[in-house]
Amino acid sequence: MNASSDTIIMGLNALQLMFYFAAALAIVASIKVVTGKNTVHSLLYLVVSLLAVAVCFYLMGAPFAAGLEVIVYAGAILVLFVFAIMMFGLGQDETLNAPPSHSFKLSHINLWFGPSIIAILLLAQLIFAIDSSEIQSKLTSTIIDAKQVGILLYGPYLLAVEIASFLLLAGLIAGYHFAKPEGVSAGQNDLSKQNINKLGMNKQDNTGGNL
Amino acid sequence: MSAIPLSHILILASILFSIGFVGVIARKNTLFILMSLEVMLNAVGVAFIGAGSAWQQADGQVMFILILTLAAAEVAVGLALLIQMQRRFKSLDIDLLSKLKG
Repeated sequence: MNASSDTIIMGLNALQLMFYFAAALAIVASIKVVTGKNTVHSLLYLVVSLLAVAVCFYLMGAPFAAGLEVIVYAGAILVLFVFAIMMFGLGQDETLNAPPSHSFKLSHINLWFGPSIIAILLLAQLIFAIDSSEIQSKLTSTIIDAKQVGILLYGPYLLAVEIASFLLLAGLIAGYHFAKPEGVSAGQNDLSKQNINKLGMNKQDNTGGNL
Repeated sequence: MSAIPLSHILILASILFSIGFVGVIARKNTLFILMSLEVMLNAVGVAFIGAGSAWQQADGQVMFILILTLAAAEVAVGLALLIQMQRRFKSLDIDLLSKLKG
């Protein structure tokens, strides 16, 4: 590789510069997650932090891990958080206990402004990294693709994969058990049958009224 | 050998880990504690991927996938417990859990 053809700024090549930029964005977003007052704002910053770490993974030469990070972390797990927050209701939100801010309009803008700015910066960075031939030539020499990971997963790590599947099953059962409504255990079937009967009767009444 | 030095990747991982750790220790809202745990697990993933890319082995990514599984299961159980807590105490304050009796 010809070092003189690289664009070098302050002794760093373009790949390193982009990695440090994405790392700085991840750190800023993580600090905003921890210090946030509002749950939903922190969740938005958490998504952005995970996306920044995914860009870091891509620049480290692990595109498969970057894809998994976006799909599983920023996709599935964050959706779980959003559903849980929806179930809690925001009546206990910390911002309600805080003194009312005078610049209400500014804080209203800030809800989406910070995360979207960081996300746009990350998108521009990713587009530049894919477009730049110098970064691509550096990346292709160090890349670890999904094929190697898959061969390892179903070869020497097969037992670990099985244990991970048991862990997921345990998580599923525990989630179902703990999130069940209060007092629904033994007489559950009778109660639900009664409810269904009531619903059915109401339905019949309604249709009767309509007719 | 990756273009990014391993020491810098480990510095990034430790910074992210300590941010998450401070969040777990300092916050009172249980939801924020769960989010900070996510940040910490993510930092561990950064360290594994960085080590894997430094030695050009795929083992780092295998460990990252296992951490991903762990994080998914942990969040599912944690959020279910939080739903139960919200139902009983009408609050997510972690200090209320000190009243727990077996």
